[in-house]
Amino acid sequence: MADAGTLTSATALEDADRRKAWGFVAPALLWTAAFFVVPFAFMAAMSLWKREGRELVRVWNFDNYARFFSENALFQGLVNSLEITVIVTVISVLLAYPLAWIIAERVPKRLQRMALILAILPFWTSYVVRSYSWLLVLSKNGVINQMFMNIGLISEPLELASTRTATVIGFVHFFVMLLTLTIYSNLIQLSPNYRRAAADLGANAFQTFWHVVLPLTLPGIMTGAFLTFVLCIGDYVTPQILGGNNELVLPQIIMLQLGRRADFPMAAALSIVLMLAVTVAYVACARWLKIERA
Amino acid sequence: MTASVTIENVSKIFGAFTALDNVSLDIRAGEFIVLLGPSGCGKTTLLSILGGFQSPSAGRVTIAGKDMTYVAPSKRPTTTMFQDYALFPHMRLVDNVGFGLRMRGLAKAERDEKALGFLDLVGLKASAGKRPHELSGGQRQRVALARALAVDPDVLLLDEPLGALDLKLRRQMQDELKAIQKRVGTTFVHVTHDQEEAMAIADRIVVMNQGRIEDFGPPSEVYMRPRSLFSAGFMGEVNFVSGRVAAADASSARVETALGSLALPAQNFTASSPKAGDRITLTIRPEHFRADDRAEGPTVALGEARVAGSAFFGTHYRCHLQPCAMDTRALVAHLPQSASVREGEIVPLAVRAADVVALPATGGHA
Amino acid sequence: MLRKISASVLSWTYLVLVYAFIFLPVAVLVLFSFQDGRLPVPPFNGFSLQWYEAVFADRKLMAALGNSMVVALASSVISVLLGFLAAYALARYKLPGSALQRGLLIAPMTVSYLIIALGLLSVLNALHVPLSLMTVGIGHVVINLPLCFAIIYASMGDHHINIERAARDLGANDFKVMALVTAPMLMPSILAAFFLSVTFSWDEFIIAFLLSRFDVTLPVEIWSMLRSGLNPKTNAIGSLVFLASVAVLLILELSLFGRTKKQ
Repeated sequence: MADAGTLTSATALEDADRRKAWGFVAPALLWTAAFFVVPFAFMAAMSLWKREGRELVRVWNFDNYARFFSENALFQGLVNSLEITVIVTVISVLLAYPLAWIIAERVPKRLQRMALILAILPFWTSYVVRSYSWLLVLSKNGVINQMFMNIGLISEPLELASTRTATVIGFVHFFVMLLTLTIYSNLIQLSPNYRRAAADLGANAFQTFWHVVLPLTLPGIMTGAFLTFVLCIGDYVTPQILGGNNELVLPQIIMLQLGRRADFPMAAALSIVLMLAVTVAYVACARWLKIERA
Repeated sequence: MTASVTIENVSKIFGAFTALDNVSLDIRAGEFIVLLGPSGCGKTTLLSILGGFQSPSAGRVTIAGKDMTYVAPSKRPTTTMFQDYALFPHMRLVDNVGFGLRMRGLAKAERDEKALGFLDLVGLKASAGKRPHELSGGQRQRVALARALAVDPDVLLLDEPLGALDLKLRRQMQDELKAIQKRVGTTFVHVTHDQEEAMAIADRIVVMNQGRIEDFGPPSEVYMRPRSLFSAGFMGEVNFVSGRVAAADASSARVETALGSLALPAQNFTASSPKAGDRITLTIRPEHFRADDRAEGPTVALGEARVAGSAFFGTHYRCHLQPCAMDTRALVAHLPQSASVREGEIVPLAVRAADVVALPATGGHA
Repeated sequence: MLRKISASVLSWTYLVLVYAFIFLPVAVLVLFSFQDGRLPVPPFNGFSLQWYEAVFADRKLMAALGNSMVVALASSVISVLLGFLAAYALARYKLPGSALQRGLLIAPMTVSYLIIALGLLSVLNALHVPLSLMTVGIGHVVINLPLCFAIIYASMGDHHINIERAARDLGANDFKVMALVTAPMLMPSILAAFFLSVTFSWDEFIIAFLLSRFDVTLPVEIWSMLRSGLNPKTNAIGSLVFLASVAVLLILELSLFGRTKKQ
C-alpha cells in the first residue's frame, strides 16, 4: 500500500516538473517559431508565387527559379558570390594561419594575449564604417593613390575602389582577424607533448609542423573556413560599398529586387538559392566539421 | 641499443626556485633505474634534462661517453614515453610506431615491417590499423612504448607512465615493462612517486627530495639500509627512535635510547661512522619487531609495550604498541598472523640488532 | 643558428606587415577625422575638432546612437533571459524531443542575417505591421537567442546539479534556486552571452536596415551618410564608436584581469 502511494506521488512530482520545464523553455521556443520558423516558411512559400506589375500573384509556380537559371544577370550573381567567397576564404586562411602560428609560437607567452587583442582590435569599428575606411584608402583620391602619385610611381590615379579587388580586400581584412582568433585558439589547445614526441623521434621543425601540427589543426581551419564562407556569401554591406555596380553578388541582387519593384517573391527565391549554396558547402565540409572526441 | 648515462653536478634553477641542486648520478648501460620521490622533488626535471627538453643551469650530461648536455631531443640517442602517451591521434598505430623510422628516412615497406615487429613485442600487432582513440589506456601505453623503442634508442625515459592505470593493470604493466627491458637491453630511466612500483621494477632506485638525491641503490638496500631519514620514511612505514652514541669503536657502537640500550654493528650507521656523543635516530621497520622471545637469531630487548590498537591486514597484524618506558607516539609494528594480540596486553619489544639502522639525528644524507 | 635568426626575422617581418594591413584603414579613419578641411584624404591639412562638433550637433545621428543602445540592451536582456530559461529547462529536465528543441533553438545561427530579415519583413508586410525599432529588436533577439542559449547551455555542468539539489533541500523554490543559486554560478557565461549579444546587435546592419523606418540605429544612419561620399564627419562618428569600444574593452580587461589576479 505504501508502495502504491509513493509511486503515484513520484510520477505526480515528475508531471509537475515536466510542466514546469515546458513553461521555462516555451518562451524561447515560441519566439523562435514565431519570428524565425514562420517567416522562413512564409518566404519559402512566397518564392513559389510571383509578382506581376503591382500585384502579388498567389499561384504556385517555379517561375522565379526558372528566371534565375535563364537570366544571366541573376545567375551571374551566384557565380560572382561563389568566386569571391572562395577567393576570400583561401586568401584569408593563407594569411591568418601564419599570423596565428607566429603569435602562438614566437611571441613570448605573457605578450600573446596583447598581440591577439591588437590583431583583432579593428574588429571593434562598426562594420559599415570599416568598409567605408577602405574607401578612404582605395578611392581615386584616397591614401594609396595619393601616396603612389607623390612618389611618382603613377601619373594617373588607379581604379582601386568599386572593383571586385576592393571587395576582396575588404572581406579579407575582416576575415583575417576572425580566422586568426579561431586558428590561434586551436593551436594553443594542441598538447605540447605532441610536438615534443615528434622532436624526440627525430623530426625537425618543418617535419613536426607538416606531419603533426598541420593535420591536427586542420579541423579548426576547416571550421573557420566554413564560417568565413557562410558570412562572406551572405554579406551585402562590403560588396555594396566597395564593389561598385559592376559585378553584383547575390545579396546585392536580392536587395535590388526589394527596391523599387518590391518583388518579394523573387527576393525570396534568390534567398533560397543562397541558402542552398551554403547547405552544399556544409555537406562538402561535413567530414571536417564533426567534433572529434579526444 | 644501450648506453651508460653519467650526470655530473647538474643543477637547474628557475629564478628563486632550485629544482635540482648539484645532482650527480652514474647509470650503467642496460640498467633499469627508477627516479623516486614526492612531487616537486625534481625527478621530472631531471628526466626532462636527460631527454633534452630542458638544459641544466650547471653541470654535464654524458651518454655513452659523449657530452649531450645541450644536444636537441631529435639528435639524442634517447626517446621519451610521455605521461599522456602523446600518440598522434590522426595516425594509425603502425604509422605512429613507424614515425621515428620515417624521420630517419626508411622506406614504407621496411618501416611498416619494423613497426609491426614492435607492435608484436607489446602484443598489439592485430590492432595495427586502428587509431589511438579506439584503444584503452593500457593499450595506448603499450603503443607509446613500442613507438619509443622502434627507433632503437640507447636510453628510454619514462615519465610516470603507469599513473593513469588502475591497480591491477599497473601491476601487470610493471611486469611487462620489466620483461621487455630485459629483452631489449636498453637502459630505462623511469620516474614515479610510488615506492612499491619502484621496488617492483628497479635494478637500482634513486630516492630524491627537494632537488637532491637522498639515497641510491638496489631496492633491498634502499629499503633495509636507508641512508637518510627522508629515504627511510619514504620507502615504507618506519619508526624513528632518538638516541645517543654512548661508546663507539671500529666494529660496533653502543647506543642509549629511552627504550633501552643496544649494541649495533658499525655498518648499521649508514650515513657516517659512529662517534661517542653523536645524537642519532634509529630507524626500525614495523616488521622487524618481535613480540615474543621465539625469534630467529639474537635479539635486543627494548622493554615492554602495551598494545594500544591493532588491525588484521591479512598477511600480518598492524599494531600500535605504546612503550611503557616512553611517553611518546606509539610504535607501529607488524606482528605475524600467528601472534595473539589483544588490546591492553603487555608485550615484550625485541628487534634484531642487524635490522636497526642508525642515522644522524638531523637526517643528513650520504 | 643562422637558420634560427633568419626564421625569426621572417616571422617578425610578417607580423609587422600583417598588423600594418589590419590597422591601415582604422588609422586612416581616425587620423582624418581630425582633418581641417572638407575631404578625409591626404594631404592632412591640420588638426581640427570641427567634425566631432558636427557629429554631436547632428541630432539625427545622436538619436540613432541612443536608439542603437536601447535596441542592443533591450534585445540582449530578452535574449539572455529566454536563453537562460531554455537552457535551464533542457539541461535539468528530461523533455521529450529535447534534441529537436535544441536544434530548433540553434537553427537561426546557420541562416544568413539577410534571409532572416527578409523573412520577417515579408511577414510584417503581409500582416500590415508597421516597421519600427521594436521590429528591429525582435529581429535581433532572433539572431542572439541561439547564441545565448548555446553559451549558457554548454556551461551548465552536471556538477552544478548537486548544488541546486542542496538548495532545494534547504527549502528554496524553483525561482529562488534559479535566481539565487544557478544564475550566480553561471554568471561568467551569462555575462559573456550578454556582452556578445550587445556587440552583435550594436553593430548589426541588414536587419536594422530592412526592419526600421523612421527611427533608425547607428549603422543605418551611418549608411545614409555614405551617400554624401567621403566626409570627415563619417570619420568622426566612426572613430568615436571605435574609441568608445576600445575604452570599454580596456576597462573590462583591467577589471577582469584584476579579479583573476586576486584569485
